Amino acid sequence: MDYLLHILVITGIYIILASSLNLVLGYAGLPALGHMAFACVGAYTSSLLALDFGISPWLGLPLGGILAALLGFVVGLPSTRLKGDYLALATFGLGVIVYSVAKNWVDLTRGPMGLPGIPKFSLFGFELQPVWSYLLLVALFVVLTAFIINRIVTSPFGRVLVSIREDEVASLSLGKNVDAYKLTAFMVGAFFAGIAGSLYAHYITFIDPTSFTAMESISVLLMVVFGGMGSIAGPFVGASALVILPEMLRFLGMPSSVAAPLRQMIYGLLLVLLMLYRPQGIVGRYRFK
Amino acid sequence: MALLQIENLSRNFDGVKAVDDLSLSVEKGSVTALIGPNGAGKTTLFNLITGFMRPTSGNVTFDGKEITRLSPHRIVSQGIGRTFQTVRLFPKMTVLDNLMLPLSGTGEEGLFAALTGSAAMRRKEETNREKAAKLLESVGLAHKGNDDAETLSFGQRRLVEILRTLALEPRLCLFDEPVSGVFPEMIPTILKVIQEQKAHGRTVFFIEHNMETVREAADRVIVLHHGRKLAEGTPAEIFNHAGVHEAYFGRRRNAP
Repeated sequence: MDYLLHILVITGIYIILASSLNLVLGYAGLPALGHMAFACVGAYTSSLLALDFGISPWLGLPLGGILAALLGFVVGLPSTRLKGDYLALATFGLGVIVYSVAKNWVDLTRGPMGLPGIPKFSLFGFELQPVWSYLLLVALFVVLTAFIINRIVTSPFGRVLVSIREDEVASLSLGKNVDAYKLTAFMVGAFFAGIAGSLYAHYITFIDPTSFTAMESISVLLMVVFGGMGSIAGPFVGASALVILPEMLRFLGMPSSVAAPLRQMIYGLLLVLLMLYRPQGIVGRYRFK
Repeated sequence: MALLQIENLSRNFDGVKAVDDLSLSVEKGSVTALIGPNGAGKTTLFNLITGFMRPTSGNVTFDGKEITRLSPHRIVSQGIGRTFQTVRLFPKMTVLDNLMLPLSGTGEEGLFAALTGSAAMRRKEETNREKAAKLLESVGLAHKGNDDAETLSFGQRRLVEILRTLALEPRLCLFDEPVSGVFPEMIPTILKVIQEQKAHGRTVFFIEHNMETVREAADRVIVLHHGRKLAEGTPAEIFNHAGVHEAYFGRRRNAP
């Protein structure tokens, strides 16, 4: 039972990650490939605050989000100069840089040894120890994230983001400060990714840089593309499918040495089939140009 | 009085002078046509005026204010709107939403307004939606409002793009070939919209190839050739100008 709940918690965290990337990728149309960098900053911020200064995760979580948003500003800067593949490469590079910093700034992050013993969230003095209690917490944040992002994308602000995706030059010609909107989209996306990272850290209670690799960023990207870019439901479908389906492989009783590569192959196969038969994703309507 | 003043404007592309030491002015309240053979630098000039390209040298002055190196969105806020030679609507947005963008300002388009869902923002949205619907109605496209822009015919797209620019309420409208590629029945509708701008006190500067259209719509014509101004005058003067014929069709073989 706990195993099932655990899968749901992880799914929830990925839904937050995918939804926040969807704002940047699916709505503003900016191919950002380093999304886990924001989760990394969020996770390390609230973990270190809790471990070194005894600051409650309730405070560390938004602080992690804010710090991630600041990084989002930096990662967003190339988007004002680069387009398409070039922007994808630049954001990918920045993602790798953040990973390397987490791995090599041993004084701060303990590098590859990771941070063990991160405190859990607690409520009225009770630690959220049982998995179900944590599931409720994550579900709350999923709903909150989806609510806020939905509010953003259905607003005039969101309309400008979509116009940038559809035709940046036309958007400029209507007097929109395109650069400012791109940076804001990056910062909001990064904020929620930071929160997801922090939720993860205080749930697993251990983080090391390998949780935030470029491969992980690509997995999140896959979830968005798989579910459908530019729709609120897309990241829910994508994250659920790509977290839960591979877990089912466990029940086939294969040794892990087979299951892990098989999982990667299934990802690859799914992506190929998707691009061939449904390039706009399962529930999306916007396809990548 | 000149609303738009261009002085010694140049733009080189790897040694090719697309716009070459060009000076011209567009009078306030006029409908001025910009003509010239392919590659004369007409669209480049529009891009230089609207900030989408930086000039190599020279100045652009709008209503007495220098706008040469402002970014495109700032030039729009000065009161210059434009359309594009290849129509640039937002294909996966509804026609109404396409028109909502120029009508909305930074106040209601801010992140703060989005997060709070402020009443002021929603009121503004409502009035803008009515305005957008009215604009569509004025050209007989009201039934298309909730369809994606990509479902429009080419002529309808041109028309909606022009409406979208006019929704900015610019003092100067730059139209890049507003009727090219449009089916003949649509041309009078578009020309009517262009000519109505004079009544609104707006100035129109447009690129056109079709001489009939120029004769019908323009009261001034400027001819561009190899990035320089070849001639300027009323349509009648220009059509009898020997140099203009030569630029378009070459020199007559037995000409003196």
